[in-house]
Amino acid sequence: MTTAPVKSNVPDRAGLKAWLSSDAPTSRGHARAVQFYMGWMKLYENKLAFLGFLIILSLVLMAIFAPLLATTEPNAQDLAKRLTAPGVDGHLLGTDELGRDIWSRLVYGSRITLLIVGIVAFTAPVFGLLIGTVAGYLGGWVDQALMRLVDIFLAFPKLILALAFVAALGAGIESAIIAISLTAWPPYARIARAETLTIRNADYISAVRLQGAGVMHIIVGHVWPLCLSSIIVRVTLDMAGIILTAAGLGFLGLGAQPPEPEWGAMISAGRKFILDHWWVAAMPGMAIFIVSLGFNLLGDGLRDILDPKKSQS
Amino acid sequence: MSIADSTATVARRGFTSPLYKILKGLIAGLFSIAITMVGLLFVTFIIARVMPVDPVLAVVGERASQEIYEAAYKAMGLDQPLYVQFMLFLKQVAMGDFGMSTLTARPVVEDIARVFPATLELATLATIAGVGIGVPMGVLAAVNEGRWPDQLIRLVGLFGYSMPIFWFGLMGLLIFYGILGWVSGPGRIDIYFEDIVPVVSGMILIDSLIAGEIDIFWNAVSHIILPASILGYYSIAYISRMTRSFMLEQFSQEYITTARVKGVSETAVIWRHALPNVMIPLITVIALSYANLLEGSVLTEIIFSWPGLGNYITNALLSADMNAVLGGTVVVGAIFVGLNLFSDFMYKVVDPRAR
Repeated sequence: MTTAPVKSNVPDRAGLKAWLSSDAPTSRGHARAVQFYMGWMKLYENKLAFLGFLIILSLVLMAIFAPLLATTEPNAQDLAKRLTAPGVDGHLLGTDELGRDIWSRLVYGSRITLLIVGIVAFTAPVFGLLIGTVAGYLGGWVDQALMRLVDIFLAFPKLILALAFVAALGAGIESAIIAISLTAWPPYARIARAETLTIRNADYISAVRLQGAGVMHIIVGHVWPLCLSSIIVRVTLDMAGIILTAAGLGFLGLGAQPPEPEWGAMISAGRKFILDHWWVAAMPGMAIFIVSLGFNLLGDGLRDILDPKKSQS
Repeated sequence: MSIADSTATVARRGFTSPLYKILKGLIAGLFSIAITMVGLLFVTFIIARVMPVDPVLAVVGERASQEIYEAAYKAMGLDQPLYVQFMLFLKQVAMGDFGMSTLTARPVVEDIARVFPATLELATLATIAGVGIGVPMGVLAAVNEGRWPDQLIRLVGLFGYSMPIFWFGLMGLLIFYGILGWVSGPGRIDIYFEDIVPVVSGMILIDSLIAGEIDIFWNAVSHIILPASILGYYSIAYISRMTRSFMLEQFSQEYITTARVKGVSETAVIWRHALPNVMIPLITVIALSYANLLEGSVLTEIIFSWPGLGNYITNALLSADMNAVLGGTVVVGAIFVGLNLFSDFMYKVVDPRAR
């Protein structure tokens, strides 16, 4: 502690560690940093969760550096080399029915996967949060009406509802994203409502109200922050489900359209050759499996870190 | 004693009003179901109307003259305002009429009655596997919390949650049908066995036994075993995970400690003390998983060309057969609501505190 003043940003290694694990933070920023560091250490100690984190990190890096990692253009056809087995002629994972390199297509496909997951994982929880907190905070007939709406959407089979939305909106990535978001929000509304019910009568809410804060100000500024941690845990656990639903829509030909290298659509194309050329369908499936496993492992770990009460389940 | 007094009061109060309470609960329940069902119908109805497909063209064909087109347009009630159309639709549904399917040219109700047993057969087998294997697995994991059986079972579950089911099905077909030849391929039954067995329940496994056709029964088994195992795997993953967490919750309760201190054997503590208490929340989980299998086996049915409800609805959607889509969705929604209601009811039967 002699090396640098506590507030300095660049203490030496040992000093930084001490600063980060201090039990008497000196500022709000310091407290945040300590909290983040503690969470990070817990994640690092949980080997499976850390593995999940590494998988997701590689997915993100793969999407960013796709042009560097891909060996060919994702849509470059080479009919002379169609259905080449994995490892032959420098095609790491083989080629598909049009001679396109499957590895390169998977690499570029990670962008589509991340795009869908990213947007859904943002819109669905925000919408659910809004509905749930408004219902929970206002109560009465608003609560009744909104929760009925939630029930109606929950009573639908998810995939069929998504199918119907996509059929109504026309096939494509945008429709798939909208459809999945529309089917994914109700559970968040339920969670947010339950949290709000326990918060709404707290003294600090009354204090803010007495100061003249409006309803939306209270909900957004003072109720949302307290609902966030349970929502984040749920989102991480749902990511795998979002990927699987998106892949399912792609498989049915309702997601990204050809020649886009969407993983589910690639499996669907490979389905015709499954008995003789297994790799065309097997490789994209492996990709989906690894990525959703990564999200599941990370989600489990995050739940232990952010929500120790429910860590048993 | 005051406890005796209060129980007596509760009993007396309970004596005067149980009928009223049950009636009130029943009416509230029915009301909420009715609202949910109408909402479900409304959402499907709107989706059907928003679809960029002309339902009239689907009926009369592209070459129909203007007069025929307009006549059909009027006959289908499309010239009415939307809310009138919706009311009309509600009235028909209430009488159990979903109209004709444009794809199969038969009443939707008949179609659903034909395809539903196939889905039921698959989902029931998968649920039996899920309960029969998933519950003991969950108990085993909870008993060995943190040790290798727990980790192994957790891994099995995580794999199930992470695998795209249509890919799992394809790989299953590749390995067990394509390479090893242990099972039969897609479909419910070999083509030369089709339509031999008289339809009683619609479920081939049962109908073939009733008819005494053992060959057909085994053929059907060889067809259903792979899709049922794959769906069953997902069911096992879900049910074992939930069982584990419920069991752990019970193990931390004081009555378990008391039982152990009194010298009750560990086997009895697990199976006679903890498990019965776990059964209550587990019923909801099983009902939910069953409902999901009944409605959510869409992709599995497509991979295995299984002529069930999911396949039917998907085909109808892709060919803009709106009556069939509406009918199928209503049936699925009704199943979901019904199973929820059933699990609530079972709750009250099993748990005296919930009455």
